[in-house]
This record gives sequence, structure tokens and C-alpha cells, in this order.
Amino acid sequence: MGRYIIKRLLLAVPTLLGVVVGAFLIIHFVPGDPVKVMLFGANPSPRQIEDLRHQLGLDLPLERQFVRYLGGLVRGDMGESIQSHRKVADEIASYFMPTLILTFAGMGIAIVFGFAIGVLAALRPNSWLDGVAMTVVNLAVAMPAFWLGILLILVFALKLGWFPVTGQGGGIRLVLPALSLGIGYSAIIARLVRSNLVSVLEREYILTARSKGLGETTIVLRHALKNALIPVITMIGLQFGNMMGASVVIETLFARTGLGRLLVTSILQRDYPLIQGTILVFGAIYILSNLVIDVLYSLVDPRIRVA
Amino acid sequence: MVDAAEKSWPRGWENVKDAVLQFGRNPAAVISFFVFIVMIVLAIFGPLISPHDPVKVGTGPRLSPPGGDFLFGTDQFGRDVFSRVLYGARLTLQASVIAVVVAAGIGIPLGLLAGYAGKTVDSIISRLIDILLSFPGILLALVVVAILGTGLAKVQLAVGVSLIPSYARLVRGGVLSAKENLYVEAARAGGCSSVRIATRHILPNLFVPLLVLSTTAIGWAIIIATSINFIGLGVQPPTPEWGADLGSARSYLGVAWWPGTFPGLAILITILSVNLIGDGLQNALDPRMRSSGVSES
Repeated sequence: MGRYIIKRLLLAVPTLLGVVVGAFLIIHFVPGDPVKVMLFGANPSPRQIEDLRHQLGLDLPLERQFVRYLGGLVRGDMGESIQSHRKVADEIASYFMPTLILTFAGMGIAIVFGFAIGVLAALRPNSWLDGVAMTVVNLAVAMPAFWLGILLILVFALKLGWFPVTGQGGGIRLVLPALSLGIGYSAIIARLVRSNLVSVLEREYILTARSKGLGETTIVLRHALKNALIPVITMIGLQFGNMMGASVVIETLFARTGLGRLLVTSILQRDYPLIQGTILVFGAIYILSNLVIDVLYSLVDPRIRVA
Repeated sequence: MVDAAEKSWPRGWENVKDAVLQFGRNPAAVISFFVFIVMIVLAIFGPLISPHDPVKVGTGPRLSPPGGDFLFGTDQFGRDVFSRVLYGARLTLQASVIAVVVAAGIGIPLGLLAGYAGKTVDSIISRLIDILLSFPGILLALVVVAILGTGLAKVQLAVGVSLIPSYARLVRGGVLSAKENLYVEAARAGGCSSVRIATRHILPNLFVPLLVLSTTAIGWAIIIATSINFIGLGVQPPTPEWGADLGSARSYLGVAWWPGTFPGLAILITILSVNLIGDGLQNALDPRMRSSGVSES
């Protein structure tokens, strides 16, 4: 068990390195002169341009720049934002938690709704309930999250006045954003739960359990669900990353501060140190969440550990 | 069992006929197919059908509700929402097609390269693909926008780039599994070059999975593109685009629900129909074509 975790951690290292290299290279792929691009609109003098170039280390050879970048990362220094002159690491740290909270809240909603609908549909396959559920699911999957958010705002915030339209923080201000984020993914989870549960319920060991006289609830909860759970866990892990990506749009819609909005503003302002830092942090989170999912998966399915 | 209908199809096309019939038995897929055709027609003939100029400020009173001259109402600049939705259709479809073409154009050769190349090249390329696939598409697209800047063409390119890994992985898998197949060995023994094997045997077999992937990819492309436009990193005003229009409708939701509803409805209908067509294609084609194989003798 420990061996698998070690092996998995080691595998994550080159991936992380790849993301670091990728983030580093972003500024170098910019067509033209990135320094001029960053200072565009401020009408910089040639002196200011060269100053910034030197400050960012862009006048050094590429390898030395990368070493410098790595060195900074190790010390937790990701440079300074061109616009705000605050340290990139500080900016990211202050916006990190709200995004994480939003993503977890969305994930929670996705899991709860997804499982509820998926299990209900699987228990009565091909019934009218199943049909209605799957139609709703298909609609939810095809709906862009930001439009769902707008609809939720129109109905629940503006018309009914139950929730505030925008705002950060937790509690009631989190509800609409989390719903907008989570409902689309709950549909994906529901579909998977339903199909897996249906096929598991048809298997022989369920027949055995039934013939033993076990009650239906016990069967579903104890035996069927556990086996149907495995691919769903993987799916949830994969979707966590997607959800963080989608939070970029949701944060913009609800005017919430967070990493997503930070990324959008930094792209608009061509603030490359900030862009690089944010992309790097997003990337690290994805790699970490994939790692966690793989480990969880190995816990649930003992066969994986032997491989 | 030979009936009159079978006799009329040329040799080798029986599989296609079966697939079409199977697709036809799926009502959701058929309806979606026609809806999609209608969308394409609207997109192409939009300028002719459109009742008003989508960008002319003050076409009508500002923020007037649906009705009368303006089927979907007007927006904050007095522009006709219906006309904007119509013009937006052409942008959206254009963007998704370009994205898929870019993704396939680069992803397919990349996958072929990875599948055919030696161990080291393959492992580097597939590692890269896996890393990219672990990122959500919208983030990959945002990185491209961060590098190249905002604007319609760049968004289309960005969305295309974000879809490349999916195509590359599919093709690479196809090459690897085909390499183990007897008919490839036989073709090699017969003196076929790798290129010939690729084009005459491997790619035709990948046609169905690639087709199904493409329908899903169109849906992804639409979501990513409209999202980027929604947050303002894509098209610039006054270009009519579904995502962008939803973005500008945000500030007026308190007084007008229609600018924030109809473009979104258009997105929903388009993606839904593409998804259902993809599902229908998969049901109709997958169990049939995969086993029968399409390579010519």
C-alpha cells in the first residue's frame, strides 16, 4: 500500500516539472516583445522597457532564466505583479481559499444530486421516473454553467429574492454560485451512477444476496453501491479539475474574488508574472487531485495495489 | 435475405445503409439532426433572414421586451436580440468547426507519430498528451489566449489547441492496437510502406471513433468558446456572439430578462442536438462497423 503511494508520488514529479516548464515558457511564446506587450498603454520610455526586462531577468540566456525561476519557486517567490507590484505569491494566497471553497461546495452539490438522481433512476430502470430523470440530466449536461447561473439569478435572486445576486464569502452567498457550478457535473455523475448501478444490480452476486433473503435497501447500500462506486470515484476526481476550471467563469458571473477572476484579470492586463503563477498553481492542484484520486481508488479497489 | 432495397446499394455500402437505418430508429437523434440542419441553414442565411441590423445602435427602444417588431426584445443599446442571436449562430458554428479542424489537423498526425515512433519519442509525446489532458479544456484555451492575446481568431485557435490532446490520444491508441493486428503484419510482409498502411488500413478503421469524438468535440468547443467570450477575453463589442451577449446582459438582469435568456437558449439547443446526434451515431455505428472493418481488399 505504501509502496503504491510512493510509486504514484514519484510519477507525479515529472508531471509537475512539466507544468513548471510550461508555466515558465508562457512568457517566451508571446509573439513580439513580451516586455513591450506588458507595458502597452503606459507609453513607456526605452529606459523603462529595459529596466523591466532586466528586472524580470529576460535579458539573461534561457537556461539561466529557468534556473532563476526554479530557484525563486523553491523559496516561494513567483515574482511580482506588473500591475499591482504586490508579490505574485501573496496575491495568489489571498485568492486561493475562496476558489477552493467554491469548488468543494460545487463538488458537494454535484455528488449529492448526482447520486440521488442516479440511484433513483437505477432502482426503476426504464420507468417514467427514469425517463424524466435522464431527460433532465441530458438538458443539464448541454447547458453552459454560466447561463444556468444567469437563470438562477433571474429566478431565485431577482424574482424571488431568496439569495443575493453577487458577493463573496460563504453561507447564503455561496448557494447560487455553487449550484451553477455543481448542477452540470451532477448530471455527469448521475449518468455514470445509474449505468453502473444498473449493471451491478443485474449481476449474480446480487441474485445470491436476494435469495439469501436480504432486504432491498441492504442490498443496494451495502453490496451494489460499493462496487458501482469505483468508476464514479475516478470520474469525480477527474471532474474536480474541470470544476476548478469552470469556477473561472462562475466567479466572473457572480463577481466573486478568487483564483479564477485573478487569472482573467491578469490575462486582460497581460500581467505575465501573475499569469504564470496562477497557471502554475492551477496545474499543481490538478496534479495533486489526480494523485489523491488514484490513491483513494487503490484503497477502494484492492486489486490495483497488487499491480 | 435479399430485398429490393438492398439490391440498389452498391457493394461495400451495406454497412453504411445499416448504420443509417439504425440511426433512423432513434427519434431523439433524428430530431436533433434536423434541428442541427436548421441551425446550419440559419447560420448561412442569417444575414438574409435577419429582420434588423444586429449592430446598429438604436434600432429600437432600449431594453424593450419581446414582442412586436422585436421577437426576442432589444438589448441595452436598442439592438434587436433576435438578429444578434441569428448572427451569433454563424460565429458559433464557424468557431466550433474551425476548432475541430485545427484539433484534428494537428492531433491526428501527432497521434500517428506517437504510435509509429520508437519507444522514447512515443513516451515523451504521450506523457505530454496525458499532462495536457489532465487540464480542463478551458484552462488550456485560456493559456493560449494569455500568450496570443484576445480576439475572435485567437479564441478559435485556442479552443482548437485545447482539443488536440483528445484527438492525438485516440489516434495513437488506434495505431498501437492496429500494430498488433495480423492484417498489418500481412500488409508489411506484402511490402506495404508505413504510410500506405496508415492511410489504407488504420485511418479508415479510426473513422468511426473519430467521427463520434468530433461530435463531442463540437459540443466542448462551443462551451469553451462561449465561456471565453462570456468573460470578455474573446470577441470585442459590437460583434454579436452568444457568450459575449450573455456577458453584457449581466448588468441589466434586474430590468431585462430577455437578453440573458435567448442567447443561452440557443447555446443549449445547439449543444443538446450535437450531443444527441453523437449518441445516435455511436449507437448506430459502434457495434456494427468496429467488428466488420472497413479496409478495402
